[in-house]
Amino acid sequence: MDIVVCIKRVPATDAAIKIAADGKSIDTAGVQFELNAYDEFALEQALRIKEQLGAGSVTVVTIGPKEAQKELRDTLARGADKAVLLTTDKWVYDPSSTAQALATWIKTVPCQLVLCGRTAVDSDNNQLPANLATRLGFACVTEVSKLVLENGKFTAERDIEGGREIVTCGTPAVISCQKGLNEPRYANLKGIMAAKKKPFEEKAAELQAPAVEIVAMTLPPARAGGRILGQGKDAVPALIAVLRNEAKVL
Amino acid sequence: MSNIVVIAEVRAGVLKRPSLEAVTAALQLASATGGKVTAVACGSGLDAAAAELGKSGAHQVVAIDGPTFADYSGDAWARAIAEQAKASGASAVLMAHTAMGKDLLPRVSALLDSALVTDVTGVAFANGGFTAQKPAFAGKVTMSLRAARAPFCASLRPNNFAAASGGAPAATTKVAPPAGDLLAVVKEIVASGIGRTPLQEAKVVIAGGRGLKEPAHFKLIEDLAAAFGPGVAAVAASRAVVDAGWRPHREQVGQTGKVVSPPLYIAIGISGAIQHIAGMRTARTIVAINKDPEAPIFKIADYGIVGDAFEVVPALTAAIAEIVKHK
Repeated sequence: MDIVVCIKRVPATDAAIKIAADGKSIDTAGVQFELNAYDEFALEQALRIKEQLGAGSVTVVTIGPKEAQKELRDTLARGADKAVLLTTDKWVYDPSSTAQALATWIKTVPCQLVLCGRTAVDSDNNQLPANLATRLGFACVTEVSKLVLENGKFTAERDIEGGREIVTCGTPAVISCQKGLNEPRYANLKGIMAAKKKPFEEKAAELQAPAVEIVAMTLPPARAGGRILGQGKDAVPALIAVLRNEAKVL
Repeated sequence: MSNIVVIAEVRAGVLKRPSLEAVTAALQLASATGGKVTAVACGSGLDAAAAELGKSGAHQVVAIDGPTFADYSGDAWARAIAEQAKASGASAVLMAHTAMGKDLLPRVSALLDSALVTDVTGVAFANGGFTAQKPAFAGKVTMSLRAARAPFCASLRPNNFAAASGGAPAATTKVAPPAGDLLAVVKEIVASGIGRTPLQEAKVVIAGGRGLKEPAHFKLIEDLAAAFGPGVAAVAASRAVVDAGWRPHREQVGQTGKVVSPPLYIAIGISGAIQHIAGMRTARTIVAINKDPEAPIFKIADYGIVGDAFEVVPALTAAIAEIVKHK
């Protein structure tokens, strides 16, 4: 099975976020970037499916700046076969045009399965995988926390309110990966050395005009620090009193 | 082209409350665009849900009702809904940002080649265009966005709009599901956590972290949650304890977990890493219990107790149980 894994380079989840001077983007000075956490589950699942079948290929693709080479190299070191960087010089916010550009590229390569993280932790859109699948005409299951491949058919589990859905589909398919799906592997030295010889392709992303434009980005109002009511269990009556009389939540 | 379509979610014949919140937002937009609101539902046996939608204030209800739609299929439902949206000349399509909304609306949007903003907390129509607000970076930032393509699609974060009710009864049109292959099919729905309050709907969230030292000590958290009485409090966990395998991921609050904003959030043995705070900073009242007086969680908590969870939490549990008993 030829598998495409879509990844994104995002600010680290422990980064403090500041708004840039234009009021429409984040100030990236001093911000560490990393591979989007959910994409690690997608890559791991792709590697496991290739191992299970004993055949096929894993190609990792991203739309992003030149700097995303780092995250792509990391996926090669973990075991992906090929990396493709569809370059753009600006931060692409709009998932519709991203999906469109990815669909355009995916149609040019052999692909029976696309794996994505369930969302990117920067823009929190959670819409690319289903949008992409629809544009490709592929089956799609989103936010999958368990996935079994048997006789060319997938059985996937996803959380819904108050339970889990068991969904089946064949290929070609787009599947988006939730935390809990697997335990991602990390690169070892051998992998890092091998990654240097693996194919790495770079070309400009074919992005259309965005469907959504950013008007402004603002920081939510800061929470005023509260007060320490005391030490140990002796402070519990004071807590009960403020919860009842001030916060009025009891 | 000023009409608004709401995609209503019906599960097992029951109309989900966040769909009525979407009707409220749609009515607000329609009063600005001068259009009508059409609520569209998919499923099998939709009469009761359609009747309820008909009384929500929506001007028209379309029920795409038939046995082939008994189980959710994102691809087939999206095609049917996109057809209805085109037929009704929709300038906007709204849905709740639930598990189904997250899965379905991007497909509808792709078929309409539209603008889509997800997890929206506010929408408006002004100067001929739609705008939306949404949290990003797990709530560290609020984004204001403008639709640059039509129609405008938005999924709305639950608990941000009042549920619509009390409209004049609207006419329901029943439509048969269009024929076509289903690419992915829900085979089964397994109920889990029966009797457990869903984290994002809970009035009180009790969260535990590393300070509890070992998984078995989460009993303290569970007991405190139970003391609030049935259906009130839910148990949550920090990323550290989820990553350590103490608790399931569905309980994780923070940037790679859930974002919650309950009236009361009690953080126990949680230091307050940025990525955790991102998931709970919009709670109305935050209480922190932590041994370390320098823990960052105290900087955002409204009330704090410095102390050992093993001593403080049982005392708090007893005090809450006493209050609940006398209610």
